[in-house]
Amino acid sequence: MSETALRAAQTRFVADLEETPLATTDQVDESTPPGGLWLEAWRTLRRRPLFIISSVIILFLIVLALFPGLFATQDPTHCELQNSLLGSTSGHPFGFDVQGCDIYSRVVYGARASVSVGVLSTAITVLVGGVIGALAGFYGGWLDAVLARLTDIFFSVPLLLGAITCMQAFPDKTVWVVALVLAVFGWPQVARIMRGSVLSVRNAEYVTAATALGASRAKNLLRHVLPNAIAPVIVIATVSLGAFIGAEATLSFLGIGLNPATTVSWGGDINQAQNVLRSNPSVLLYPAAALSLTVLSFIMLGDAVREALDPKSRKR
Amino acid sequence: MAWYVGRRVLQMIPVFFGATLLVYALVFLLPGDPIAALGGNRPLAPGVAAQLRHQYHLDESFFQQYLTYLKGILTLDFGTSYSGRPVTEVMAQAFPVTIRLALLALLFEGVFGIGAGLIAGLRRGGVFDATLLVASLVVIAVPIFVIGFVVQIVFGVKLGWINPTVGPEASWGQLVVPALVLGSISFAYVLRLTRDSVTENLSADWVRTATAKGLSRRRVVSTHVLRNSLIPVVTFLGADLGALMAGAIVTEGIFNIPGVGHALYQAIIRGEGPTVVSIVTVLVVIYILTSLFVDLLYAVLDPRIRYV
Repeated sequence: MSETALRAAQTRFVADLEETPLATTDQVDESTPPGGLWLEAWRTLRRRPLFIISSVIILFLIVLALFPGLFATQDPTHCELQNSLLGSTSGHPFGFDVQGCDIYSRVVYGARASVSVGVLSTAITVLVGGVIGALAGFYGGWLDAVLARLTDIFFSVPLLLGAITCMQAFPDKTVWVVALVLAVFGWPQVARIMRGSVLSVRNAEYVTAATALGASRAKNLLRHVLPNAIAPVIVIATVSLGAFIGAEATLSFLGIGLNPATTVSWGGDINQAQNVLRSNPSVLLYPAAALSLTVLSFIMLGDAVREALDPKSRKR
Repeated sequence: MAWYVGRRVLQMIPVFFGATLLVYALVFLLPGDPIAALGGNRPLAPGVAAQLRHQYHLDESFFQQYLTYLKGILTLDFGTSYSGRPVTEVMAQAFPVTIRLALLALLFEGVFGIGAGLIAGLRRGGVFDATLLVASLVVIAVPIFVIGFVVQIVFGVKLGWINPTVGPEASWGQLVVPALVLGSISFAYVLRLTRDSVTENLSADWVRTATAKGLSRRRVVSTHVLRNSLIPVVTFLGADLGALMAGAIVTEGIFNIPGVGHALYQAIIRGEGPTVVSIVTVLVVIYILTSLFVDLLYAVLDPRIRYV
C-alpha cells in the first residue's frame, strides 16, 4: 500500500464531527424535567396504538359494566319462550336465545359479572400476594422460608383445577364467591413475582443510603423498596385480570360458576348455547365474541405496559 | 449439582404434604354431607348412616381422616368411592386416555410452536412475524371452550372431516384434533417465547462470532441460535405437561373423551369426595413432579442457575 493511500485510510480512523451521532446527544431537550420510570413509561405508552386500542375497549367495558341501562333498553331476564331462537329483528339486533331472551341485552348486561369478578380477584391477589411476597423478599430468613413454602403449596394446585374442585361446596354462587375462589389459587403467582422483584431491589444503593440515614426497616420497605419493585406486579396484574375473566367464564360454562338464575354472565350464556350450537351458532357467537374481546384487550394492555416499564424489551 | 438436586428434592417434601392437605381440606372441610346425599330425597336410617360414616372414616376427626388418606396414597390405595367402586379402577381407566391426549398436545406445541417461533424470530418485523403475533394473541384470548366448539362444528359437523365426539376407546387417531384444541393456547405461548428468545440470541456476541468466523447461516441458526433459545422453551413445555392434564377437563367435556377431566367432573357433580380428592391429588403430584424435573433440567441446560 502506498503512503498516500495509507494516510488517506488513516484519516478515516477518526470520523468527522458531523458524522458522529454526538450532535443528537447535545440536542436532548432539557427544558422538561426528567420524569423517572413512571412518567417515561406513560410517555411511551400514550404513543403506542396497542395501548390506545386496548384502553379504549377497557374503558368502554367499564362504562358498560357500571351503566348497562345506557346501552340496552331490554331487560335481559325478560324472556318469552315463543321468541326462542328467533333471528334478528328490529330492536333485537342479535336475535333471541333458547329461552327467548334478547341476546343483545344479555351480552350488554353480562359485562358486569365478568368485569367485577376480574377486578375483585385481581385486587385480592395483588393485595395478598403482594404483601406475602414483599415480606418474604424483604425480611428473608425463616419468614422467607415459611412464606415461600406456603406459596409453593398453593402454587402446586393449578388455578382452574383448584377452583373446579371447591366451587361445588358453595350453595350461593355470587360474584364475590367466584372472585374469592379464583383469588385463593391466583395469589401465589403475584407473591413469587413480588418476592423476586423485592429481592433484586433490596440491596440497591439507595436502600443502603436510606438505612445509613436512619430509616427504619418498615419505612425502607414502604418508601424505597416497594415503589421500585412494583412494576412487574402491575404487569402481571393486568394480564391476570384477563385470565381471571377467562377462568370465571370457564367455571360458568361448566355449570359450576356464577348462578345463571341470578347473574347474567357470558360463560353461563355459552353454557346455555351449547345444546343448540349445531343449528344456531349465532347464540354462541355473540357472548363468545364479547368474552374474547375483553380477555384480548387486557392481554394487549398487559403487553403494552410490560414494554413501557421494561425498556430492555423494547425494539432493538 | 448434587447439592442443588438435594436441596430441590428436600424442598418438595413439605410442598407434597401441604398440597395434599390443602386438596383434602378443600374437598372434605367445606360444607355438604355426602352420606345424607346418598339417600336422595328419603333420609337414610340412622343406623345405616352411622355404619356408612364409619366405613368411610367420616366419624373421625379431620386430621385422623387425612392421615388415613395419606397412608392410602403412599401405599397407592385410593379407597372406594361412595358408589362402591375402587377409585384406583376409575383412575386406571381414565389416566391412560388423558396422558395420550396431553402427550399429543405437547408434541403439537413443541414441533409447531418452536418451528413457527423460529421462523418468526428470524424474520422479525416481516409479514409472517406480524401475522403470527396477531394470530397468537387471538388464540390466547379466545377461551378454549369456544375454540373447541368452533372446531367441533366446522370440522366435525359441517365439513365432516372428523368425528365430532370421541368414543370410549379413545385411540391416538381420534385424539389428534382434541389435542390440537387442548394445546392451542400453549402453542401460542411457545411460539411467542421461541420468537422472543430467538430475536434476543440473534444479537448475542457468540452468534456474531460464529458468523464472523465464516459458518454458514444454517449452521449458525441451528447450533448457535436455536439451541440456546430452546432453554426457556423446554422448561415451559415440561411445566405444561402437568397443566395440560389438569386443563383437560374442558376439552374432554366438549369432545366426550373418557379421560381424567371427564371422570373428575362427574365425581364433582355427584359429590363423590373420595374420587375427587384422589384424582386432584394425583394431578397435583404430577404437577409437582414435572416442575421438579423442569427445575433440574434447567440446571443441566443452564449452569448459571446452580449457583444462585
